[in-house]
Amino acid sequence: MRIKVDATKCIGAGLCVVAAPEVFSQNEDDGLVIVLQEYPPQHLHEACREAARLCPALVISFDE
Amino acid sequence: MKDAGILIIGAGQAGYQLAVSLRDAGYEKRVLLIGDEPDLPYQRPPLSKAFQSGDCEAGQLTFQTEAFYASRNIELMLGVRILHIDRERRQVTTGDGRCIEYDHLVLATGARNRLLPGWDSTTTGLLTLRTLDDARGLREALNRSKQAVIVGSGFLGLEFAAVAAKRGVGVRVIEASSNLMSRAVSSPVADAFREHHESLGTTFSFDRGVSSIHTEAGRVVGAQTTDGVLHEADLLVVSIGVIPNVELAKEAGLETANGIVVDLNLATSDPSISALGDCAAFPSRFANGHCRIESVQNAVDQARYLAQRLTGHTHGFEAVPWFWSDQGGVKLQIAGVAMNRADELILRGDRAGLKFSAYGFSKGQLVAVESVNRPADHMAARRLLAAHAPVTPAQAADSQFDLRTLLQPVA
Repeated sequence: MRIKVDATKCIGAGLCVVAAPEVFSQNEDDGLVIVLQEYPPQHLHEACREAARLCPALVISFDE
Repeated sequence: MKDAGILIIGAGQAGYQLAVSLRDAGYEKRVLLIGDEPDLPYQRPPLSKAFQSGDCEAGQLTFQTEAFYASRNIELMLGVRILHIDRERRQVTTGDGRCIEYDHLVLATGARNRLLPGWDSTTTGLLTLRTLDDARGLREALNRSKQAVIVGSGFLGLEFAAVAAKRGVGVRVIEASSNLMSRAVSSPVADAFREHHESLGTTFSFDRGVSSIHTEAGRVVGAQTTDGVLHEADLLVVSIGVIPNVELAKEAGLETANGIVVDLNLATSDPSISALGDCAAFPSRFANGHCRIESVQNAVDQARYLAQRLTGHTHGFEAVPWFWSDQGGVKLQIAGVAMNRADELILRGDRAGLKFSAYGFSKGQLVAVESVNRPADHMAARRLLAAHAPVTPAQAADSQFDLRTLLQPVA
């Protein structure tokens, strides 16, 4: 699974960080999403899918 | 009263988040989430943006799968209306005649769209947008539309206008006041967005209302405005705000005033009943007296707070309200809710290039910041407001001054 984010849509809600803190973080300055692991390990895939669903701006998508 | 647990009426953002946060906080008794829509709880923001443009489907909008709720022992009742609350017996009555008991009841009933007089839901092309069901009908209508009229230039109407204009539909927006988003946003920001929408081909009629809706053979053909002009339309979208769903609370004898009235703990006058989200009027230090905030942030933060309170942690609700709107790719982020109280407005950044922020001060105190394509300003503003930082208009006006230094403790 490869994580893709459209940072132009990101509004810094931080819900992705709550869902998958090993994969997503927020830039300190502008709150925009930072992908910590572009190819997260298998055991984090479900958490990444949850992060994508919870994002209110639909920023996160995947190449599976 | 046996262990009847917590009953949440309303399965939108607030109700969903409360259910999850209760389990996260270790609440072990029954959690029952009841909603009148048939769909699993879902995101509303994309309904006026990516869902309309076809960039996402309904499946991507659900917060969680059905299996998730079962795994967290959250009971879901979908497509069920609650008709009545019996506060003495602590039970509610459903539309299909069942009685359900509660130890604590939470009203997360949200709001419904305001409609134009003479509204006829059977008229083809006459639409409004709140639910997933509405959004499906609207998207279908958009696909067939050549000329759309949108009544109301609030965030929702404008987001939809941008989607429609970008796909070549002729768009006219009818607005009763003299500018866009006038309830919520300062003039410089409204003007910037107006220019952006006009660059997409959208036209505006300000200081006008709709006096009549014209139809032929059950389909919309036009909207007549109060100046007598008839605007042709095959799609008429009404986006003139919402009415909070307070009827259940009112009938149960709870106080309502532009929402179900609650205190800083999100509690009603009945110690067994709380309310939150779009339906709740609560006191906030960010507003003047009680306010009712319609945003994802408010629903989520209030839900997380209430879950803490209901599991024994007590302190008042204090989250900084913030909001965003994405209109055809131009991002507006707002921190604070009281821009309409500002007596002084300072701009920072590149207004012409649509990358600027407007800082609103009331009696010298920062009350709200609107940021257009400037997310760093917005994040700083959330922190400054949370910290009661003593920002002065002079500091806001000085583009060399880093406002975040005001967050550091004084040496």
